[in-house]
Amino acid sequence: MTQRYTRDEIAARVAQDIPEGAYVNLGIGLPTRVANYLPPEREVFLHSENGLLGMGPAPAPGEEDEDLINAGKQPVTLLTGGAYFHHGDSFAMMRGGHLDICVLGAFQVAANGDLANWHTGAADAIPAVGGAMDLAIGAKQVFVMMDHQTKTGESKIVAACTYPLTGVGCVDRIYTDLAVLEVSPQGLRVLEMVPGLTPEALQAATAAPLLFD
Amino acid sequence: MCDYRTAFLVLTMQPLAARKRAVINKISSNLGSAVADISDGATIMIGGFGNAGMPSALIDALIEQGARELTIVNNNAGNGDTGLAALLAAGRVRKIICSFPRQADSHHFDALYRAGKVELELTPQGNLAERIRAAGAGIGGFFTPTGYGTLLAEGKETREINGRQYVLESPIHADFALIKALRGDRWGNLVYRKAARNFGPIMAMAARTTVAQVAEVVELGELDPEHIITPGIFVQRVVKEAA
Repeated sequence: MTQRYTRDEIAARVAQDIPEGAYVNLGIGLPTRVANYLPPEREVFLHSENGLLGMGPAPAPGEEDEDLINAGKQPVTLLTGGAYFHHGDSFAMMRGGHLDICVLGAFQVAANGDLANWHTGAADAIPAVGGAMDLAIGAKQVFVMMDHQTKTGESKIVAACTYPLTGVGCVDRIYTDLAVLEVSPQGLRVLEMVPGLTPEALQAATAAPLLFD
Repeated sequence: MCDYRTAFLVLTMQPLAARKRAVINKISSNLGSAVADISDGATIMIGGFGNAGMPSALIDALIEQGARELTIVNNNAGNGDTGLAALLAAGRVRKIICSFPRQADSHHFDALYRAGKVELELTPQGNLAERIRAAGAGIGGFFTPTGYGTLLAEGKETREINGRQYVLESPIHADFALIKALRGDRWGNLVYRKAARNFGPIMAMAARTTVAQVAEVVELGELDPEHIITPGIFVQRVVKEAA
């Protein structure tokens, strides 16, 4: 039985790759955990699509303010030096290429960097997209963090996405419970694996060809 | 016809004593009168991201007013049982244009949608914001990279510009915008509170008639001109949210 990173360990691994001074958007769900692993002494500007730069952690119980929430509509705080702005400006920050990094969850990522994370395509599903498509095409670097496989053991890294796309060729890096991968022009390059995992075992768990240097 | 120049001449030719000092006053005396002229079938932008910035007092007044068959533009499709969710539950909404309808507490929308009683136009959030902004700025359409190659761009014109693929998106105009601000004055100048600002400023620009509910009505000059977020030219009515 191979060791797998926990979701918190994946979040901590992503946080290592976020440098001081970066403007960063953490998608709703799992990616919000990355904030817990950014060292307090490292100045990173967290952006929230609903009009915040310099977003801080959750407030103390009883200090919640209904006018100060994050993209997941949970109460947050604003750091000293933070700013509020309207939706036009907030999405210009994404779409205009001003954000350095966004971290998104995913259903599937294809070997060419295609991302599927907004819709399962199920006939009875009510679709909701939010800001995912804007983040996917707008940030200078798009990091995906997700489990390597579904609960039933299917690879979420695929040759071509079967779920509806969020963005075309937009993903730069994939952080999973098994490995860190880079989307390169030559294909998916393995940067790191969990301790004890062999290249053969990682390839067997992945439904797209991997490059090992 | 009475164009701008003849109106000016008529005004300047009146004897001084006969001229009455017209005071511009956009303050509505109550919530009901602020939404009284919204007709059936109107397109209404409603500010807010979830419940932050949701103009719930104006929505309650709209429910009481009774307009039906509305097209609503909002980021979401109602949360819980108040505000936009209450308007949906009252059966007043024919169509909603939004980015993120499905949430843990969007049960009123979910039931109407599954019953085929409300039409959904799903738009990526940045396209929603820019389509609203474009309407307010007089832009006839714009090419955006967001959504290219996805279901949400199907059937839309695309173009390659400098090696990148873009999708043509159209502006969203509205008959009314109902928004929430913190303070407003009788010229319609507004300031907002924290992240409750969200869609307010751009919706104010895009609607023919913008109605702002405010926590506090202030005298002209009390809002620092350096800090006014929405200048009064974009606002037709200001109403205090609670008497």
